Amino acid sequence: MMKIEAIIQPSRFESVKDALLEIGIDGMTVTEVRGHGRQKGHTEVYRGREYTVDLLPKIKLELVLPDNLVNRAVETILKSAKTGKIGDGKIFLSRIEEAIRIRNEERGENAL
Amino acid sequence: MKRMGMLCCLLILVLSALPSQAQQTPAPTTAAAASPAPADNAQAVADKLSQLDQRVTSAQSSADNAWMLVSAALVLMMTGPGLALFYGGLVRRKNVLAIMMQSFALMALITVLWALVGYSLCFGGDGPVLGNFQFAILRGVGVVPNPDYSGSIPQLTFMVYQLMFAVITPALITGATAERMKFSGTVLFMTLWFLIVYAPMAHMVWGKGGFLHASLGGKFPTLDFAGGTVVHITSGVSALVCALYMGKRVGYPKQPMPPHSLVLSFIGACLLWVGWFGFNAGSALASGGLASSAFVATHFGAAAAALSWSVAEWLNNGRASALGAISGAVAGLVAITPAAGFVGPISGLAIGVIAGAFCYWMVTKFKAVFGYDDALDAFGVHGAGGTIGALLTGVFGTMLINPIFGDGKPVGGFDGHWGQVGNQLVGVLIAWVFALVGTIVILKIVDVTTGVRVSEEHEVEGLDITQHGEEGYNLET
Repeated sequence: MMKIEAIIQPSRFESVKDALLEIGIDGMTVTEVRGHGRQKGHTEVYRGREYTVDLLPKIKLELVLPDNLVNRAVETILKSAKTGKIGDGKIFLSRIEEAIRIRNEERGENAL
Repeated sequence: MKRMGMLCCLLILVLSALPSQAQQTPAPTTAAAASPAPADNAQAVADKLSQLDQRVTSAQSSADNAWMLVSAALVLMMTGPGLALFYGGLVRRKNVLAIMMQSFALMALITVLWALVGYSLCFGGDGPVLGNFQFAILRGVGVVPNPDYSGSIPQLTFMVYQLMFAVITPALITGATAERMKFSGTVLFMTLWFLIVYAPMAHMVWGKGGFLHASLGGKFPTLDFAGGTVVHITSGVSALVCALYMGKRVGYPKQPMPPHSLVLSFIGACLLWVGWFGFNAGSALASGGLASSAFVATHFGAAAAALSWSVAEWLNNGRASALGAISGAVAGLVAITPAAGFVGPISGLAIGVIAGAFCYWMVTKFKAVFGYDDALDAFGVHGAGGTIGALLTGVFGTMLINPIFGDGKPVGGFDGHWGQVGNQLVGVLIAWVFALVGTIVILKIVDVTTGVRVSEEHEVEGLDITQHGEEGYNLET
């Protein structure tokens, strides 16, 4: 089992979600987050006072998948989240030791 | 002559067709009716005419009263929700209720003070500086008009209309003290400020015998149609004094303090714009042509200033912001306030253009150079806009709109009476000095009693929780 954490542009979220659904992935956890990498923030001006806003809104997707689905999922996210500009985000992969479904205590890939 | 005679006949015919109270009195004897003596006939015509006169007066009074009651409600709407939303959106989220509560508290506090002594101190008697206690606890204030101020509306209407001005004026100051003034200090400050600064200023400019009054025996007749000096200069200058006295907010100007909801401010500004029609056009104290003229000038001033502020911003920042546009509109409304009933529509546009650009410069450049923390720009908009508007009233005022000094006598500079600009300057200076000195004294008194400013911890935590024990947004619940 692998966990995919993808930080993406909020504007790409709908197409990423739809693309993942198309390849049969329908479970995910979504969080609205703020942050920045190489992309710098923007400035806002209120009555002549300038503020630099350097933490920008992003969407974080978390998916835990059986190993055989991971590559396809990553490719799908890459394809659908890309705009080609700085700020498109990152994907992190990590191994998951165990998964347990709370309702019936199923374990392992069955719980996904 | 022949035509006059015919008109008279027609008048009598119409009159006799109208039902009237007099006709419900016992009918004249049939003998008299059969052969009316000439003297009786003349008496009947005179009666009819006096009835007609009464009805015309009462119809005019009803028309004026309807507009003035609506105007009073519109001006109240400017404070709550207008100003409360405008200011509420500009503060940070942790202070939204506190700033709104200050406006709302003034709606209640000033109303009570007004009933007890306020109205009387502003409009009682004929002293040069302050009223008297003639109308204290509203003695003698009823449905009968007070001819000194409003021949056609009940004095109660005039009283409650003027009250709404007394409510919004101190509320404007809270823009400078925002996010750091104690609630207890605010209540005490506003009580004293209303009695010591507002009441004398209102009496001097609008009260009978006041020495700045334009028509009722003022030594320096200052044109102030709806409160450029009384409302905007006094509150704006007092706001500056408060900002200087209290010092900057913790973290200003290093820490970002962007408005928490420009949406609220936007709604507030639009409500202010609408309410201002009651403020300015209502100041005609009647529903006639002068009200229309003031209404139009007000609208044009607001629109032109919204544009000129936006253009100034566009040229300086490369973008026109929503906050800029609404701030410009408010600046234009402030500046047109003293002029509304003295200038034509195109002069209204001119005043708006000047005020929008001037106030933009005041809040962006002037404030930055001097570094005071007028949190929501109460001085930059009301003090500056009120001052420029009061002076421009002396330039653009015209007898074609309002021959206040008598028929055929010039009013403002373009009318050929440049001396009026000097009179305006006197009015402006007196308002400045009055507000300046009064506010310093009041702040000292408040400082040694309730205290003016909250502690640093409370300021960081926010006034909503520390002053009122509640929060504006409990979105997770």
